[in-house]
Amino acid sequence: MNDFVDGIKFIGDNSGLLWHLTIKHLELTGAAVGIALLIALPIGIWLGHLHRGSFVAISISNVGRALPTLALISFGVAILGIGFLNSMIALVILAVPPVLTNAYVAVEGVDRDAVEAAEGMGMTPLEVLLRVELPLALPLIFAGIRIAVVFVIATATIASVAGGTGLGDIIVDQATYRLPGVIGASICVAVLALLAQLLFALLQRAITPRGLRVQKVRPGRPESAAAVPVITN
Amino acid sequence: MSGVLLAPLAAAPVIPDFGRGSTCIRDNKLFCWDWVQSNWGGTLRPALIQHIELTLIAVVVGFAISFVLALAAYRWSRLEPPVGIVAGILYTIPSLALFQLLVPVTGLSRTSAEIALVSYTILILFSNILEGLRNVPADVRDAAEGMGLTRWQTLWRVELPMALPTIVAGLRIAVVTVVSLATVAVFIVNEGLGAPIYAGLQNAFKTELIAAGALTVALALFADGALVLLQRVLTPWARTARS
Repeated sequence: MNDFVDGIKFIGDNSGLLWHLTIKHLELTGAAVGIALLIALPIGIWLGHLHRGSFVAISISNVGRALPTLALISFGVAILGIGFLNSMIALVILAVPPVLTNAYVAVEGVDRDAVEAAEGMGMTPLEVLLRVELPLALPLIFAGIRIAVVFVIATATIASVAGGTGLGDIIVDQATYRLPGVIGASICVAVLALLAQLLFALLQRAITPRGLRVQKVRPGRPESAAAVPVITN
Repeated sequence: MSGVLLAPLAAAPVIPDFGRGSTCIRDNKLFCWDWVQSNWGGTLRPALIQHIELTLIAVVVGFAISFVLALAAYRWSRLEPPVGIVAGILYTIPSLALFQLLVPVTGLSRTSAEIALVSYTILILFSNILEGLRNVPADVRDAAEGMGLTRWQTLWRVELPMALPTIVAGLRIAVVTVVSLATVAVFIVNEGLGAPIYAGLQNAFKTELIAAGALTVALALFADGALVLLQRVLTPWARTARS
């Protein structure tokens, strides 16, 4: 227990350093998730809209899950060397699958009746996508983004061994910061990940169209269970 | 102690010494087969075996805990929110941080590694076991009751077999997740495939990084495939229905 007290003391004594590294950590996370969104959202939404490529869209998340983060970072170091670029690429690769799969499943799963009604009203395919499918798919798309953000925050910690800058710098450098520093930084990263999870869960609720809120909620189902979708294939 | 082992990368030697060997090894080429051959027995195979042990223990213990919790939550649905929230919090804590936060409690030991790995399986397995049980059609349950099965018999002979595909799906995710996260355990205990990866990182020795990384990916894919086969064996009725 003493180690935890020392860890908390370390946070108090080094708030400047920890704040700086937290900002760096969030910059790395934001950049990686941003690039991943630019890649994954258009592909996922478009495939979902066309109801095509389900095999690719679904299995990419299975493959993504099978890629051990440390192994991926080690491939990056072997091929690209130690540095920001390799951490960034590893994080983008890890963030793409959950975003792409969720975007696909979300748009693909929009009620066919709603789409047909929109078409019957004379909407063009683009209008159907923008005014019917996307609003209805938004909560699930957002859930994918939330999974990616939390995942990247966690993995950015490990990226410190390969030249990424963030709170992991302290955790992997016990020789310099000793156990209190490692514990202190670990507490900070854990809090950061939990805050991100909470923030995005609240945002997700806020952007859910009112008509969807009532029917989606099933009694006795914890909000947090949505972090891992039940996958049956 | 292994904690001292974890020197920062900056402390890596300026001129790495990859030992005597072929020119491929001395030049640190991308991949040298001869290094893998001469270090298979001494480094890679033991690391692979340790990795399998770490994974198996974590998944078996995690499954036992999740199974009991899911059965309890299936019976008393009020239990689901608190279990889900705690499991969700554990699942969200970054692995590197959780491993380190356990060091003051259980030390730089395999126990710490296993506790952290188990805690990542609970959310996945608990959710899937519970979901699988809940998705059993009410008709089937009624039929079992009509045939005079007790609640316990219904559970073991009807509900659990029907929930099996969802349960195995959860197991697949859990196993693959643990294989991946067990590499990170190297920061507290020098075991598993994380050990050669970490050694390779410290002097940027490419062959070791790629060999150990590839073994980890292969193990994850192999375990996933094995569970798919297991599910086929355990649910013969699904096969007949399909053909």
